[in-house]
Amino acid sequence: MTDIRQETDYTLFRPILETEKSFYWIVATLLGIIFWAGYMYINQIIYGLGVTGLNNTVSWGFYIINFVFFIGISHAGTLISAILRLSQAEWRRPITRMAEVITAIVLLIGAVHPILDLGRPDRILNVFLFGRLQSPLLWDVTAITTYFTASTIYLYVPLIPDIALLRDKTDKYKWFYQFLSWGYIGTEKQKHILERAMTILMVMVIPIAVSVHTVISFIFSMTIQPGWHSTIFGPYFVVGAIFSGTATLLVVMIAFRKMYHFENYLKEIHFQYLGLLLLIFAILWGYFTFSEFVTGFYGNEPMEMSVILYKFTGPYAVFFWLMVVLNFIIPVVVLGFKRLKTIKGILFTSMGVIVGMWLERLIIVVPSLSNPRLPYDVHFYIPSLTEVSLFMGGIAVFCLGFIIFSKLFPLISIWEIEEGRNEGLEEAQKRLESYLPSVEQVK
Amino acid sequence: MPRWGMVIDLNKCTGCSSCVTACRMENNIPNVGVEEAQNGRAMNWMEIITEYEGEFPNIRITHIPRPCFQCDDAPCVVVCPVHATFINEDGLVGQIYNRCIGCRYCMNACPYTAKCFNYSTPEIPEAFVPLQNPEVTKRMVGVVEKCSFCHHRLAMAKDLARYEDREMAEDEYQAACVESCPTTAMTFGDLDNPDHEVHHLKHSNRAFRLEEGLGTEPKVYYLKKEDK
Repeated sequence: MTDIRQETDYTLFRPILETEKSFYWIVATLLGIIFWAGYMYINQIIYGLGVTGLNNTVSWGFYIINFVFFIGISHAGTLISAILRLSQAEWRRPITRMAEVITAIVLLIGAVHPILDLGRPDRILNVFLFGRLQSPLLWDVTAITTYFTASTIYLYVPLIPDIALLRDKTDKYKWFYQFLSWGYIGTEKQKHILERAMTILMVMVIPIAVSVHTVISFIFSMTIQPGWHSTIFGPYFVVGAIFSGTATLLVVMIAFRKMYHFENYLKEIHFQYLGLLLLIFAILWGYFTFSEFVTGFYGNEPMEMSVILYKFTGPYAVFFWLMVVLNFIIPVVVLGFKRLKTIKGILFTSMGVIVGMWLERLIIVVPSLSNPRLPYDVHFYIPSLTEVSLFMGGIAVFCLGFIIFSKLFPLISIWEIEEGRNEGLEEAQKRLESYLPSVEQVK
Repeated sequence: MPRWGMVIDLNKCTGCSSCVTACRMENNIPNVGVEEAQNGRAMNWMEIITEYEGEFPNIRITHIPRPCFQCDDAPCVVVCPVHATFINEDGLVGQIYNRCIGCRYCMNACPYTAKCFNYSTPEIPEAFVPLQNPEVTKRMVGVVEKCSFCHHRLAMAKDLARYEDREMAEDEYQAACVESCPTTAMTFGDLDNPDHEVHHLKHSNRAFRLEEGLGTEPKVYYLKKEDK
């Protein structure tokens, strides 16, 4: 066996082969948070949802907000990767893998949240026994399981050649890679099948991804509650989802670039391009938010108006205007000016967008419930320690999942980088020539 | 089939809360305690909403007793993922406590916020234990519940009629709140029966329903409060 250190892309193998001490510290901290969240959840199972801050009017809170938030983030991954692959954008090569991992992990976390929210999680199987397909919640179950299946396969299939590389070139966990590589040795036929499978998955995954977040918005828009019953919610949620997902992808890319020294793979240009995507989605998001509120405001329907004023000037004004600043003003300013659009600027904006999109989910879920149609006494919703802990637990699971993945598989697709280096240039040149009229044709 | 409904005369309602108390005793509604009630988790199937109009000292107070409206086109029924809230054979909106998974979607979909949730294990004070009604299912932690129009009373009246081999008379079935009202503000009966008082009352020019424009077709009518 040749020394792996001689490999061209050794940097990409290194996180798997070498482990620094700080890694164990991070894992221990994350595990601590996860165990704490687990303890809090067991508490909730024993004492009921009384340990949350929910009440009879505001009966959906943190869990549903986080559900929508996490599922939203999961949209970045597969969707961006599939669109970039389909459009044959060559700069996609170091990005796609990380995007797909985000989807798989966050989707799992998101899908657990409705179960955390249940009063009787022990009866979850009733959904299959007595499920009513007329209920938007069932649409969710269907859409999310489909999306999860599709996106994990879509993560796994392009991973196979890399697993084969690991099997051949390293001694670590040989049986594990042997099993997962599915006998891939890179023959012409295998390559062909792999590429066909990837193309089919790409085409399938896009409509599934769009449907998932549309269906999640339908949970709200299918009711007749003011502030929820809105036709714009489907596309609004999809745009918001891709927006928050792109921001997460950028943060993850910057974090791992620093952590594993991927500077030569994730170059400034990748951040510039993804930053442009983020800017486009910030503007789209601003457009949707404007349309959503301006129609409600002009309609001036009293119930709708009470919810809107609750957001604009009421107790939620702080959150609302902070959301507008984080999701629209900062991205447009930072990403719109070349001087501010540095990696640091992009990191700052992306983190702001993640917080802002969480606030958006908060602003959608709670104010509608805090303004019932009949004049009840409404109690202000303040999340309890349990809800906050479980949120932290969710984030910790995300970080831990990502770090463990990075210790088992390369975070940047090695074979795709190689392919790009060997064949991509020639292919791109051919493609470019086919777009343009040749000299003979013109003359 | 009778279409059971209620007419509540807001002129007669004094806001005395005897309907609320009668309902609590009839339906084994748990006491959540002061602290929980202050957190907004008080459980009442029948609730009195108080509306204030005008400014002090010229205040006009309207008390609106609010049971579940047993909508014909109930928004809570369509959204339930497990068929735990449904329109039952008597046209009322029923709850299956043993099936409910506690997702609280129906609570949020109800435009009247008529449902409540068992945030903790229901406790009934010891002094009240001998007074519990054996006809009404005891609920468990983590499920949604709401006014059933005292559906168990209808079931009992039907059983009795079948046992005695006769048709059930309409006045055999009364909800506990209606029975207890000291000012006879509430009238209960078949809304479709042209001979019954509720039928006349619901066609009174004072009659209205809450949020009628939503098209949920509630089966509870109110008679508007008029200044005398």
